[in-house]
Amino acid sequence: MDTSSALELILTGDATLFAIVRLSLLVTLSATFFAALVGLPLGAIVALTNFPGRHAIIVVLNGLMGLPPVVVGLLVFLLLSRSGPLGPLGLLFTPTAMVIAQTVLITPIIAALSRQVIEDLWTEYREELTAMEVGPLARVKTLLWDARFSLVTILLAGFGRAAAEVGAVMIVGGNIESFTRVMTTTIALETSKGNLPLAIGLGMVLMTLILVVNALAWGVRRWSEAHAG
Amino acid sequence: MRTRLLAFAIAALAAAALTTAPVTAQEKSIVVSSTTSTQDSGLFGYILPMFKEKTGIDVKVVAQGTGQALDTGRRGDADVVFVHAKAQEEKFVAEGHGVKRYDVMYNDFVLIGPKSDPAKVKGGKDILAALKAIHEAGAPFVSRGDKSGTHSAELRLWKEAGLDPAGSKPSWYREIGQGMGAALNTASAMGAYVLADRGTWISFKNKEQLEIAVEGDQRLFNQYGIILVNPEKHPHVKKEYGQQFIDWIISDEGQKAIADYKIEGQQLFFPNAKSGS
Amino acid sequence: MLDRTPHNESTTAGVLGSDLPIRFAGVDYRVAAVSILCGINLEISAGPPTILLGPNGSGKTTLLKLAMGLLSPTAGSVTYNGREKPTPGTRAFVFQKPMMLRRTVAANVAYALKAAGRRPDRLEIARLLAEVGLAGMDDRPARRLSGGEQQRLALARALARDPEVLFLDEPTASLDPASTKAVEDIVSRVAQSGVKIVMTTHDLGQARRLASEVVFLAKGRLIEQAPAEIFFTKPSTDEARRFVAGDLVI
Repeated sequence: MDTSSALELILTGDATLFAIVRLSLLVTLSATFFAALVGLPLGAIVALTNFPGRHAIIVVLNGLMGLPPVVVGLLVFLLLSRSGPLGPLGLLFTPTAMVIAQTVLITPIIAALSRQVIEDLWTEYREELTAMEVGPLARVKTLLWDARFSLVTILLAGFGRAAAEVGAVMIVGGNIESFTRVMTTTIALETSKGNLPLAIGLGMVLMTLILVVNALAWGVRRWSEAHAG
Repeated sequence: MRTRLLAFAIAALAAAALTTAPVTAQEKSIVVSSTTSTQDSGLFGYILPMFKEKTGIDVKVVAQGTGQALDTGRRGDADVVFVHAKAQEEKFVAEGHGVKRYDVMYNDFVLIGPKSDPAKVKGGKDILAALKAIHEAGAPFVSRGDKSGTHSAELRLWKEAGLDPAGSKPSWYREIGQGMGAALNTASAMGAYVLADRGTWISFKNKEQLEIAVEGDQRLFNQYGIILVNPEKHPHVKKEYGQQFIDWIISDEGQKAIADYKIEGQQLFFPNAKSGS
Repeated sequence: MLDRTPHNESTTAGVLGSDLPIRFAGVDYRVAAVSILCGINLEISAGPPTILLGPNGSGKTTLLKLAMGLLSPTAGSVTYNGREKPTPGTRAFVFQKPMMLRRTVAANVAYALKAAGRRPDRLEIARLLAEVGLAGMDDRPARRLSGGEQQRLALARALARDPEVLFLDEPTASLDPASTKAVEDIVSRVAQSGVKIVMTTHDLGQARRLASEVVFLAKGRLIEQAPAEIFFTKPSTDEARRFVAGDLVI
């Protein structure tokens, strides 16, 4: 009963549902972009340079992969609240805050996993690149490009994690109707109201999105095996 | 490869820009912190478009538990606070966080229970007697346990009945720390009694084996108040727009809008701004 | 076929001076407590190929890497025409198991050209691939080439650097005879064009075919250094004699 009304909402292109989906994608795609911007170079630097405390940093990065979304939400909330250090920016309860929270959430994932990938690749490439007298900046570019398929898979993993979380965006976004309401927060809200069709509809869209992302990751791996070895 | 990366970067930046655009475009807006039960009743969905049409001001409602809503006001993260916990609201103003408290409306609580009615309280008109009976029978009771207005009302009633299950924590008293909808869901699943606001109850779509057990007792009336967050403490507060909203809601027009809001033909909220604050 | 001017007249080395001879003076190489090389005194001069010959574990690869500058001696010194540091861009190294970049064949060569500060010119890439017998394989993913093809691609990458000295570490150790011949032919041609070849091998036959000068190592020590004909007919040390006779030198 509820499921069929859910399907109806999806198939008739219900405006509310699609506005929510659109905002979810915008927030999570932006967060993935910024997390990649920070996380990939960070992973490369930690992978390739030797500095005191390197092992400690690696352990911390790996640990931060398991940051609970609600904790991230709380931390970003405390930062962005008017009573907090970044209060004057007035960012709390806006989509920007949600992008910030999700970026914070997935940057460690991208940094830690890309560090692993790049370090493994560097072990392979080190002698050759040293013999070819490749400079440090060129090395980073080479490794990032040659690891591109693994890195894309890592970005997809980050995207999936951000798309599925509800704790962070709920706290910093405030779940404001037509403004900061995304798929996960709406599912939580509508379920608690007993309004299941919309919740189920969004649940189906979200599940499909996650499945598509995972299929893409698998496809990327297969393509890379077939074409670049 | 470089052009593709560039294209992706531009697309992502555009996406980020689109996301942030609403922040700057909607400066004619205020943030109102209110409660989940008010939000869930659908009242805002009904009256806010009217206010927007009249004034062009976008009202962004952040719905939380009463305790959190007041805290949001204290931190300056909202411009207006609109909750239903008079004692806490008056303390809020007394401590200088709010300018002035106005009465807006009241709704009532109802005692919801399973059709099987293990404590035999159905049809009663005395909430205290009902609570005593539930205590005697050890019938399952779900409490919101989240410092919300509803939770405060529930605790107040237990106290008036001379009982303290929140303190002694007997096994039939279940505190879930969540909102009204979740509490009703849990009560439905457990066949338990729960105190709910009428608004959430009427719009709750998962009633199953639950029904109203006790209603109409004066003690169950729930007063709403609205407060402008103090601009002296938080200079960024949009005090003109916020005051406009308050003025509208206590005006004849706003009060009529509240009274006109019905679910399944029933009025949920009874405006009483005129009767002093 | 290869009309390159002999290297001691070519531009880079000509302007800055050659990096040859490479001189080892009292060189030791240790890893933790283990001694890999001990007391090496050696001079590698310009000219026809020098083969570093010896059984497995004799330290040939380490010696080669020290000569290239990939490793630093634990004791002693390695100098390049009297200079402490070699000139950039004048040496190239082909590893025993070459690492193919995760790109196409042509992209691998282009990468080597760029790394050497040369333009990744399509014609130059085609010429280099033709030199090593990989013409027309531009768009194949490099990692899917056969062992022999990968070794030749590694050679093309090395030649892309237009080196004065080409170091090769047992380049045919894991190849079948046909691929081995192909690689040896390329090495001979490159030697004739004026590039100094320094190559390790444990294969007597290969040494006979390619060496002009033999440096014989065993257990981390330089046992004998001699012109090839003398080494193979009248070696002066016992170990060398036994090795040339086909015995195991333990």
